[in-house]
This record gives sequence, structure tokens and C-alpha cells, in this order.
Amino acid sequence: MKIHQLSVFLENKPGQLTEPCRLLAQGGINIRTLTLADTEEFGILRLIVSDWEKGARLLEEAGYVVNVVEVVAVEVPDRPGGLAELLAVFEETDINIEYMYAFTFGRGDTAVMIFRFNKPDAAIERLQAAGINVVGSAEVYSHIEK
Amino acid sequence: MPDIEHDYSAEMHPASALDYLPVEEIHELQLRRLQATVSRAYQRVELYRQRMEERKVSPAEIRTLEDLTRLPFTVKSDLRDTYPFGLFASPLEEVVRLHASSGTTGKPIVVAYTRQDIGVWTDAMARTLAACGLGRGDIIQNAYGYGLFTGGLGAHYGAEALGATVIPISSGNTDRQIMVMKDFKVTAICCTPTYFLHLLDRAAQMGVEVQELSLRVGVFGAEPWTDSLRRHIETAAGIKAYDIYGLTEITGPGVGIECRCQAGLHIFEDHFYPEIINPASGESMAEGEEGELVLTTLSKQAMPMLRYRTRDISAFLPGPCPCGRTLRRIRRISRRSDDMFIIRGVNVYPSQVESALLAVEGMLPHYQIILTREAGLDQMEVQVEVTPPVSSDRVAALENLHNKLAQALHQTLGLRVKVRLVAPQTLKRSEGKAQRVIDRRNI
Repeated sequence: MKIHQLSVFLENKPGQLTEPCRLLAQGGINIRTLTLADTEEFGILRLIVSDWEKGARLLEEAGYVVNVVEVVAVEVPDRPGGLAELLAVFEETDINIEYMYAFTFGRGDTAVMIFRFNKPDAAIERLQAAGINVVGSAEVYSHIEK
Repeated sequence: MPDIEHDYSAEMHPASALDYLPVEEIHELQLRRLQATVSRAYQRVELYRQRMEERKVSPAEIRTLEDLTRLPFTVKSDLRDTYPFGLFASPLEEVVRLHASSGTTGKPIVVAYTRQDIGVWTDAMARTLAACGLGRGDIIQNAYGYGLFTGGLGAHYGAEALGATVIPISSGNTDRQIMVMKDFKVTAICCTPTYFLHLLDRAAQMGVEVQELSLRVGVFGAEPWTDSLRRHIETAAGIKAYDIYGLTEITGPGVGIECRCQAGLHIFEDHFYPEIINPASGESMAEGEEGELVLTTLSKQAMPMLRYRTRDISAFLPGPCPCGRTLRRIRRISRRSDDMFIIRGVNVYPSQVESALLAVEGMLPHYQIILTREAGLDQMEVQVEVTPPVSSDRVAALENLHNKLAQALHQTLGLRVKVRLVAPQTLKRSEGKAQRVIDRRNI
């Protein structure tokens, strides 16, 4: 149920984003979604790609520092209150959301979001118990059908 | 010292016999060679003759080793001022090799070797490698640069004379270095400590476990490094890491080396006479007292050096070494007198920065110090390359690392400095040597 996310350390200056994207393109790897966390000095590029092992290898071989962590993709109803209801599942638990970001596509009337939990297994358990759809890795790495 | 020969003869390499000479015999040999060197320098090199005449000392007046202190000092600018061949004591017809320093500050300096000088250097380097426990059957990957830099050829000749197998791979092309280390079952590597760190990083990225390889010895030098860095390297690579000392002006690598006790560097005193002086007054310092290392060559023909001021800060270590060598030892050099810079009234050495960074868990010391002046105030920024063990997908984790580094530096230096995390391999390196300080205050 968990998905591998690549995190790449970048310095916060113009042009830093181009090279990793080009490397992945040359390797025939598709970027499913990405987000960039930035501070004044550096940024962390977080990527979900079609082939995370090859992607990590290509970036590392080019000298990038790549961290691989497991994140969770969750379907969120695309209507007012959809996300609030989902987050309510974690109330009064010690599950913490480190960060989250959206997929560029959804299916039907739902959006798909990526969550980085401090305890991914516990989070998945609670989500499923609440009847919320956790999207599998195969679907995310290839593409999500409507 | 009656038992020394008995205890160590079994493991003593034949090339190392002179390392164990009785002290009186070393002194006799030194005096004889010193007298010959001073005569040669006086007769053949104008600069030495002039300086000795100014100080009213003639070669005949050098009757004891103590008389050496009557001789004038030689400094690096003397080599620049006489560039290229002004300090040669042999005609070019007798010179078989020239080397030059990298010349990062102005003109390079040029040094010359006769065939005998190459022999002296080879002898010193063979004894150096033997002291690190290397010999026949060892496969030595020589990753010092081959060329004008003395590191490559110096280590090469020494390793061959020792009967080891040399891989003259030179510096650079890290992926190939790792492949060769693995495929050729390399047992020892010679390079700068900074380059070896880089090699370890790269090996980890390539999925090569250096600890699992045949590598057991690293001979690291050409730049100052700390004991904390040694511990890091020894643990990470599963090897013994030895500090080697040398400088182009004196011969190149092979002036001094740590033995298996790793308690100071033995100086090959039959070829190079060491003194420790007060850098300000020029007076000799007592054993154990810190000062500037001064070296006089005793066996060199083409370019004898009288009392050369190395700018390296060290001290003589008292007492005999448990390894049985009778050669005197100096404390390992972690700084140079001209490395120090003053920032907001505080004296700072790059080695302090290195120790502070290494004190933060998982940190690797690929760093650079940038000095600038903003609105009349000196600013110091330490740029640190991020490596896989300390990197993270979380901003908070990296900011936490940043704060820890800043705190460690504040504690060690007693002043607040700016820390900047930078991408791997972005800091400048030259010939495998790290450029630690970039001073932009006068530009």
C-alpha cells in the first residue's frame, strides 16, 4: 500500500531543477507528481516517478543525494469538507502528518493526495478501517484509471 | 634498548634497517652528511653563500650538529625569487628530474633531482610504506596525481622499490578507482584524505561496501587532517589510516610517516634533519614544545635545503617509540602557521572547523570556509556538503542539522558563524587537495 518517494537535495538557486528532470527524462522515467519544499538556502525536491529504483539510481550516479521514503496515496472526496473528514481519522492518535501534496490527477469525483506520515502502517490501518481508499503503488506508478 | 632488535627483527622490512640505527650512529651519520651538504651549498649556490657570509659563518665552522643553528633560514619566497633554477647545486647535465609545486599562489616553485637524489627519495618512500606494514604481495593503488606534483611519482618509486605491486592510477575518475580497488583486490591506497572520503561516498552510491574489500591500509597526506577524521575513515572503511608527511621543497612525500603505533610521525633523520623553532624568534624549542618545523636536507645533491621553514606547526614527541624505531617523532601536523586567519579578533584554524563538524553525528567534513567583509565587518561562512546519511526528505530535519552544525562551530570557535548546506561535489578541489579557505576580504 505504500509508495516510494524520491527526495533530492537542491541548492536554492536558479536552474537547479532542470538537471534532475532532464536526467529522469533521458532515462524514460515519467514524473507522476512532485512538490518542492524550499527554504532560503536549499530545497527538497520530492518526486513520485514511474520507476523509483531506476530513478534513484540515475540521480545518484549523477552525484545527487537521494533519500527514498515510503509515503501513502489516499483518495479524498472532491467536495467541501472532503479533506477535513479524512483528517478527522487521525484525531486523538499519535500519527503525525509530516507533509502532504496533491496528485495532478484524480479519478471521477475524488482527488488523490500523497501523505508523509510518521507512522505509515498505523495510518493505513486507520484509513482502511474508516473505509477510505488507499491507492496502491501499481496504480500510482503506472497511471490512475477513471 | 637491548631487546629492540630482537623484538622487531622478525617484522622489520630489510629496507627499514636504518630506522633502527643506534642514536649515536644516526648523529655521526647526520654530522658527516650535514658538513658535506653545507659545503656543497656554500660552494655552488649564490644565495646560501651570501647569507652565510652575512652571518659570518663558514662551512668549516660546522663542527657539531648544534652548530646547525648558526646557519641562515631558507623560506618559500627564496624559491620563488630564484625561480626557476637559482637554487640548484648541480649542473643541469646531472639533473634527471624536475618537479614543481601546484603554484596556487603565484609562480610555482621548481625542484631538481640528480639520479642519487631520486635514490634518496625512493629509499625514504620505501621505508615510509614499510612503516605502514606494506611489502611484497601488497597491491598499492597510487591515487596521488602523477605529473609535476611530487605525490604520484614519489609513492610510485617507493612502492616499486619495496617490491609491492603498484597500480599507477593517478588521481580522478572515481568510478574507475572503485572498480580497480574491487577487481584487483587492492590492499593499500595512497591519496589525500579528502579524496578518500569522496571515494567512500561514491562507493556507497554504487553499492560497493569498502569494508568488505581487501583494502587494509590507507596512506593519506598532502593536506592537514585531524584525528577525528582518521577515526571516521578507519571505521567507515575498515582500514588502518596512516598520516604521511612531505613537501616538494624537501623532496616530496616520504619525509615522515606514522608507524603502526600511530603515535606521531617518524622523520627519516638520516636524510632530513628536523628542528622545532619559535616562529617569531627563530629560537629552538624544547622537546614537547609546540613550534614551527624546520628541515635541512642531508643527502640531497641537486637542491640542498638549509633550515627550510615549513610553516607547519608541530612538536617533538619525547621518549622512544614502542615500534623500536630510533628515528625521532613529531606530533602530527594539523595546522600550518599560515593557515590561521583572524576573524573579528579571534584566531581560527581550519582544523578546528573540521573537528567541530565531525562532532555532529553522521557528518562528513567536505567543507569550505568563505571569508568576506560586509560594511567593514568580517563575515565567516562555512559551507558544508550534504551527504546521504544526513540528508532527509523533511525540511525540519535539514534545518535541525543546520542548527546543530552552527552550534558545534559556535562552541569550538567561540564565535557565531554562518552555516550553509550545499549540494555534494560543489566545493572546489584541486589535485585531490581540498581548498579549505577562500578569503574574499581583500578583493
